[in-house]
Amino acid sequence: MATEAVVSSETKTEANEAFQPRIVAFCCNYCAYAAADLAGSMRLNYPPDARVIRLPCSGKVEILYILRAIEDGADGVMVMGCLEGDCHFLNGNYRATKRVAAAKKMIAATGIEPERVEMFNLSSAMAAKFGEAIKDMTEKVKRLGPSPLRRSVTK
Amino acid sequence: MIVGERKPINEILEMTKPFERIHVVGCGTCVTISLAGGEKEVDILSSVLRIAARRQGREVKVTGETVERQCEKEWVGALKGKVRDSDAIVSMACGIGVQVVAEMYPDVPVFPALNTTMMGYPTQHAVWLENCRACGDCMVHLTGGVCPIARCAKQMMNGPCGGVQGGRCVVDSSIDCAWSLIYERLKAAGRLEWMSKIQPPRNWEIAGSFGPRKTVKEEEVIT
Repeated sequence: MATEAVVSSETKTEANEAFQPRIVAFCCNYCAYAAADLAGSMRLNYPPDARVIRLPCSGKVEILYILRAIEDGADGVMVMGCLEGDCHFLNGNYRATKRVAAAKKMIAATGIEPERVEMFNLSSAMAAKFGEAIKDMTEKVKRLGPSPLRRSVTK
Repeated sequence: MIVGERKPINEILEMTKPFERIHVVGCGTCVTISLAGGEKEVDILSSVLRIAARRQGREVKVTGETVERQCEKEWVGALKGKVRDSDAIVSMACGIGVQVVAEMYPDVPVFPALNTTMMGYPTQHAVWLENCRACGDCMVHLTGGVCPIARCAKQMMNGPCGGVQGGRCVVDSSIDCAWSLIYERLKAAGRLEWMSKIQPPRNWEIAGSFGPRKTVKEEEVIT
């Protein structure tokens, strides 16, 4: 049994290494999106797995946006807003944090790992942090493996 | 307005587990305003039901729509086509809406997705206070516009009780003492002597203790 478990875990790790995650990143126009721009200008390297969606504020993120991304087979969802206290619209990032927490609970109830959804806070000057966040999320999602919904989509 | 609260997702998933064609029905009136069962919440719950089903490898068709008022047959009648194609209905209305749907479509099981919590006053966005209990015999003109039936934990007609601490309720210090509020209001209005008027015991029959109540406006009834 133990050998089988090791083999299965090795196979899983190999499969996960080959797996290219699909991550949806909802980015606030005033911080994460600008940081992504800066990361580009600085020629910073980060994994190509995140699909960026620009929003006027992270507070524009609805629970439904996150659920729809998961439903359509996203392996991970990132919501990226300004640093705490720095929201262009005063408290949009706090609202986003609460909605991300609510979405995580709902997703957990369906049997999907809540770690597939995360909130990040950064400023427009933090290009390196933007790259780090994408890298961290990509690694985490690779560890989790493809979304079970994605597998059922490709069947 | 009537305030509702969505049941825990696990509970809703458990109720709807055996079904493969689920129609989620919201209500566009009170529970839309109380952010529990309007269009947005219908979309969210439908999405969650689809995700859960696919996670378990089940083929489940989940559709959703919101009617203007689920407590009125005229609006609920419009669901007929969708109900015909469904083997379960999940109602996101208050308890009245759920019962109207159940009465109109007895062949299809109807599941409540909300717990109807109270009639509430929105103190701020997404926060409601129970300021009325529909006791059937309003007396707030005597109490400075503050209802002691809904807002006093002991429903005292002649308060305050001895437990009031700095204007806070003895039962829960996060609640304002209704009778302290009444005192302050009457004092500010120069009608403090109203506090000394003794209120007689109430007739609780009209508050619902004598079975379900019925309201009829005779001159408007169409026969």
